[in-house]
Amino acid sequence: MSSTTATKNGKERRGSSFQWISGIVLAIGGIFFLLPFFWMILSSFKPENEIASVPPTLWPETWTLHNFKYLFQNMNFDVYLVNTLIVVAFSFVGLFLNAVAGFGFAKYDFKGRNVLFVLVLATMMIPSQVTMIPVYLILNSLGLTNTMIGIVLPGLVGAFAIFLFRQFMSTIPTELLEATRLDGASEYRIFLQIVLPISKPIIAVQAILTFIAGWNSFLWPLIIANDEKLYTLSVGLSLLKGQYAGNYGLQMAGAAFMVVPVIILFTYFQKHIIENFSISGMK
Amino acid sequence: MKSFLNKQAPYVFIAPTLILLALFSLVPILVALVISFTDMDLGGLANFENIKFIGFTNYVEVLADPVFLKAIFNTLFYVIIGVPLVVLCSLTIALLINLGTSRIFKAFRVVYYLPSVTNIVAVAVVWSYLYNPSIGLFNYLLNLVGLPDVPWLTEPTTAKLSLILLALWKSIGLNMIIFIAALQGIPKSYYEAAQLDGANVWQQVTQITVPMLRFAIFFVSITTMIGWLQFFEEPFVMTNGGPLDGTLSVALFIYQNGFKFNNFGYAAAGSFVLFVCIIAITLVQLKMQKNESDMT
Repeated sequence: MSSTTATKNGKERRGSSFQWISGIVLAIGGIFFLLPFFWMILSSFKPENEIASVPPTLWPETWTLHNFKYLFQNMNFDVYLVNTLIVVAFSFVGLFLNAVAGFGFAKYDFKGRNVLFVLVLATMMIPSQVTMIPVYLILNSLGLTNTMIGIVLPGLVGAFAIFLFRQFMSTIPTELLEATRLDGASEYRIFLQIVLPISKPIIAVQAILTFIAGWNSFLWPLIIANDEKLYTLSVGLSLLKGQYAGNYGLQMAGAAFMVVPVIILFTYFQKHIIENFSISGMK
Repeated sequence: MKSFLNKQAPYVFIAPTLILLALFSLVPILVALVISFTDMDLGGLANFENIKFIGFTNYVEVLADPVFLKAIFNTLFYVIIGVPLVVLCSLTIALLINLGTSRIFKAFRVVYYLPSVTNIVAVAVVWSYLYNPSIGLFNYLLNLVGLPDVPWLTEPTTAKLSLILLALWKSIGLNMIIFIAALQGIPKSYYEAAQLDGANVWQQVTQITVPMLRFAIFFVSITTMIGWLQFFEEPFVMTNGGPLDGTLSVALFIYQNGFKFNNFGYAAAGSFVLFVCIIAITLVQLKMQKNESDMT
């Protein structure tokens, strides 16, 4: 009896020492992972002379909002912000289209369904470098280069999101849809009034990921937009990085302005996102 | 009309997405293939009559282009060093997080995931500062412990390694989540049985966890490898391929030839070379995986 308690205690002690070791290792790694963020946010409040000072200091001696003010007063960051929000708004239209398509593939048996779905999945394997030039040429022949439509259209729908919606929606009981059908509802009403409300969890997760992707969108706006009026925040920031290469305070402020909203949003919703990945990522 | 629409509902549901996917994913492949056999450039963009069919000339030229060969060498360098690093680090962190039961370990998931959701240009701003040779933090810290300066982005081989370090920081998060998901799928009873047999933690990890994670490891390796073969954003925003094309990747080569020099046909040929390589490597990996699962 006493020997079993002894081994149990020993095991627990060993378990907790492992916890301590792994906790310490993770904490040290975590500091390295977070360091760039701390540095960016704190530097954005420093005056220029403090940033270039040697040795570098983490905490600002004098706090200033000058960098942020300069971005919005002299660098058109207000225009870039509006453009970025327009891109985000359009990407939510894409989200709706993905949901609709996911439902179509999940709950209907129609001719060619499997072939079409495989085709959708196949688009995930195409490297973007192959399609980049042709998509530019296609948009150019449609007269859509240097327009907002040209910026948002190519990335509007995506195979991975369709796949996730299909996975989720195929778990909705068919009897429920049948019952609504018997009540005389059209297929479109079934989707809007039954399927969408049930799918709230997956929509929420997709909405956050869509927001983050739209907010971060960089390469395509850079390719398509020649007019500064159409630049998104990240294109504006890359412009700033080129023009004000030595002015780290300004650059850090621009970077912090882009990253902090995403950090807040992600930290707040991370549980749902990570769980969604856990469920759907490995199936 | 109304009942017709109702009957065609599934097609109405999938049509908008399929049209967009076809227009911007499937058709472009064919377009890329066609223009890779032409001399299409800015003149061809203005007037299609300026485009001439030139057969395999682009392919012959690109495969002999020393810059392209350098880009291939760099890309292989990225893949060979980057892929094992990403897999090993994300697996280790996932295992460590999974060992923990206290709440703090859930916070670690967020900490390690955060770089994955941040904007590449913003990341480039901060890391350019960290890597700065005179006022940068990394060199300052090295000097503090008595080590000499490192030419982070100014020496070709070091610059490649610096970009790998940055990309590693950014890509661990997502793969770690995939591993954590797989870890949670391993039945607890296996560990209980092993503990009864007196297995220690190390034995449990090597004898149960890693073998059970075989599929996840395979999945992460293959997606990571495809990702590194298309390595683009980091060299694009950090070094623009320099110094001396030392960080130029195949993807960046394609971008530069397409959108900087407007040699669309030439760039398209380069992109098809990359595409064929990716498909070939993927098929080889799938075959290896299949053979291995046949044996067990």
